[in-house]
Amino acid sequence: MKRMMHIFENKLIEQRLIAEDTAIFGEREGSIVWNRTTRLTDILESVFNSLNISSLLYSRPAEPYWSLLEYLCESSFPVLHLRDNETRTFLHDIPILRDFDPAAISTELRRRKSVYVLGHGIVTHGTMTSEQAFVNYSSICFSAFVKFFADYLVHIRAGEASAAEKETMKRVLDNLSPMNEINDKLLTGPFATEEDVYRAVSEAGKPVVRHGLVDSVMGNVSYLWNGVLFISQTGSFLDALEKCIDPCPIDNSSCAGITASTELPTHLAIVRGTSKKAVLHGHPKFSVIMSLFCEKHDCPNIDACNTKCVEQRYLGDIPIVPGESGTGKFAIVNTVPPALADSRGAIVYGHGVFTTGAVDFNEPFQNLVDIESMARTGYFNLI
Amino acid sequence: MHGWTGRILKIDLDSKKVSEENPGKGVYEKYIGGKGLAGYYLKDHITKAWNDPEMPLLLFNGPLSGTQSPTSGRMTVMSRSPQTGTVGDASVGGKFGTRMKNAGWDGIIITGRSGSPCGIEISDDRVSFTDASLLSGKLTGEISSILGEKGSSAVTGPASENGVKFSSVIFDRHYAAGRNGLGLIFAAKNLKYITVKGTGKTEVADPEGLKKAREDILRLAAASPVVMGELGITNYGTAAIYDLMDSRRMMPTDNFRKTHFDHAKEMNAAVYKHKYHPKRYGCMGCHILCKKMTEQGEALPEFETMNHFSSLLLNTDTDTVMEANRLCNEMGMDTISAGATLAAYSEIRGKILSGDEIVRLIADIGLGRGNGKALGAGSFDYAAAMGKPEASITVKKLELPAYDPRGAYGMALGYAVSTRGGCHLRAYPIGSEILRKPVPTDRFSFSGKSMIIKISEDANAVVDSLTACKFIFFGASLEEYANAYSAVTGCETSGQELLRIGERIYYAQRMMNAANGFSSVHDDLPARFFNEDGSSGNGIEISRINRDDFIAARSLYYSVRGLDENGIPRKEMVKELGLT
Repeated sequence: MKRMMHIFENKLIEQRLIAEDTAIFGEREGSIVWNRTTRLTDILESVFNSLNISSLLYSRPAEPYWSLLEYLCESSFPVLHLRDNETRTFLHDIPILRDFDPAAISTELRRRKSVYVLGHGIVTHGTMTSEQAFVNYSSICFSAFVKFFADYLVHIRAGEASAAEKETMKRVLDNLSPMNEINDKLLTGPFATEEDVYRAVSEAGKPVVRHGLVDSVMGNVSYLWNGVLFISQTGSFLDALEKCIDPCPIDNSSCAGITASTELPTHLAIVRGTSKKAVLHGHPKFSVIMSLFCEKHDCPNIDACNTKCVEQRYLGDIPIVPGESGTGKFAIVNTVPPALADSRGAIVYGHGVFTTGAVDFNEPFQNLVDIESMARTGYFNLI
Repeated sequence: MHGWTGRILKIDLDSKKVSEENPGKGVYEKYIGGKGLAGYYLKDHITKAWNDPEMPLLLFNGPLSGTQSPTSGRMTVMSRSPQTGTVGDASVGGKFGTRMKNAGWDGIIITGRSGSPCGIEISDDRVSFTDASLLSGKLTGEISSILGEKGSSAVTGPASENGVKFSSVIFDRHYAAGRNGLGLIFAAKNLKYITVKGTGKTEVADPEGLKKAREDILRLAAASPVVMGELGITNYGTAAIYDLMDSRRMMPTDNFRKTHFDHAKEMNAAVYKHKYHPKRYGCMGCHILCKKMTEQGEALPEFETMNHFSSLLLNTDTDTVMEANRLCNEMGMDTISAGATLAAYSEIRGKILSGDEIVRLIADIGLGRGNGKALGAGSFDYAAAMGKPEASITVKKLELPAYDPRGAYGMALGYAVSTRGGCHLRAYPIGSEILRKPVPTDRFSFSGKSMIIKISEDANAVVDSLTACKFIFFGASLEEYANAYSAVTGCETSGQELLRIGERIYYAQRMMNAANGFSSVHDDLPARFFNEDGSSGNGIEISRINRDDFIAARSLYYSVRGLDENGIPRKEMVKELGLT
């Protein structure tokens, strides 16, 4: 029987977050079933039995995540504080342990979704399904990557990078995938039928994931057609959108899109009253890292950059704006749509990138790629 | 103590005497408050008849009541259900829970029976009894107006006086403790109303910690499309779910004979918003503001009510739904049970009810006249009396709400094993199966659902004990609420530790039901769902539920819940959970 844990173990491997045969994944319904048995399985089983959960995952991350997580967790022991906004919102922070001790792991997992064990890797759980464990694992890798590169940039510019940090960066760069030329061709608009729109939206998410421009269930995509915004659902994987697209009439005559992406208000604000039809939102790592980099050290809002930044900031020609997910006074619905009015994209501080197109997804996808390429180049120029 | 006052008010209506109970911190830490603590005080009486004067009526708030913790304005009402014979409890919003805490009480336990209709008025430590004879026969809205400035109120209407099995208690005019017929418990005690007000404040152990927890919770709520999104509950109320249920082909229609309503687009939340121009309104201490009211102060129907007075009865007139909702609340009776009982009536009579007939029958039920007298027994007893038991769509005699279980198998299992009968809120698997929170699951599979139902029941038992609102858990989780609880009470805890307490609270309810003879025989669904397909369409197939799969999932649920093969609590589990 193909269990959820097998599906998500494969996903971790495909996304190069773990190596093959390294994950120990367990699920419980009646009894606990493991994907493999190792010397650690007994320890993990005792952890599992001490918690009211449905799944448990342990694995050593693949490089470069392994090197940077080991460095970050060693240097910030006993807790790793994250910097990107979305991950910080639901993971809060990551407790760190020195020993693979079941009682200590249980204690930490009672209050947090995940724990990092030095010399071993990430232990995380899903209260209801294995998908939660996968999302936690993937999010830790993403946020640790962002934190490591963002911190390093600050340290190197200030002349404060330690030898260990530099050595770690060297190992990380040795294992960092190059950003190859990307020229995927997506469906060409304008689209004649609703079926074409569904196909275009489904297709648009795939290269975003394939090229590492978004992780786990982050990001969203939409297209406006005949007064209806077709948008990815909340918590959906952008490379598997076939049954996860909500049609939302922009006149709000139906609430059937209540399961739509958290960023529905922002997508609606972008397309309402403009010629924009396609909206793409990803979390490309270097764009997020560069959005965090600011050398205005005397800023009065330095502790609230994600909500209260008033500076006119740019990465090249791309505006960097503050804002939080969803709704409220500081929501990105207030900052992203105006920033996109005269720009091919907008970067949200510590969060991700929005791009738009007037006809189809070719333009926003290419802009997403270009912005990330610019951010990556800019980063390495700075260090 | 912080969070709790450490004081529970005991009222004996036989003697009209009051006393104080001080359970000690250990009991509080073991049962939290709300549903947990009320259950603790019910368990020794659960085998008594519901109308035995010694059967307690319990009203409990939680440690978060009266604090800055989001959605802390709710509370629990509990007794033995006159309708189902099970544990009967309802989580209800408004201000009453907070005002009770302001008055210095964590809970109120009422026993005995007044010689004549009476009211109880609580103002801090002062408790007075009033003659409520003149309120008999009056509608709940009128009584609430008469009580005016006396404080937050809990009142019953004509339905409870006339023995309607699904009588409700109306709090602060607009909030119903709807399910399980708890209004009849008031009537059994000759109690017409309770008011409460107070001048105290909830002591918080760590205000800064609470502020941080609050910020975390609010941020997650803001990022939840279901809660605060453009199409979410804040903007449309629970009515926001109406379109979704129909688009997923699981909208109970024509007494659960169909799962799609052709007129859904004419009866959805957007239509109500356009037609009645509602304003946002909410419980004390809540920023979600899910209740919608007209400028004239009339409450718009909740999702369940919208469904049961429209598609379930094939009614296409929103004014009828508005009037049915208003009348049920004025009479003091549960809209879900009322709508479902009328749907059974419609099926048995073989006729679609007109809008006028719907409204007239509701009045007849509430006033105990004509056909309403028989219908007031609820759909189970009514259909049985008519020789058509299959027309009653109930679990443990409680009418099902507005999610057809053929469209969500976790919901099917959740309905069946619920400790208060056909209830969607014990586990609320619609969150994951339909609303994709906290994580999407396959709605047409029982795989994994036994564990999901068990954990969700535990989690919601905690939510109802803290007390908080289930809606905010479409964004936040017990991880964040554990921090709020720790900050308020000073008792360090974690999400997992709270889940363990939830497990104890829920298991205690299974024990109480078992003491009254409930077992796997009662943990079942109406035959219709195993024998008839739903309304497939739009590429969605709604098939009958495979009974073998259902039985297997239920067995697995018993296993993970620590029950025996008949759904009866095991001694070793009772001991392990500290329930001996």
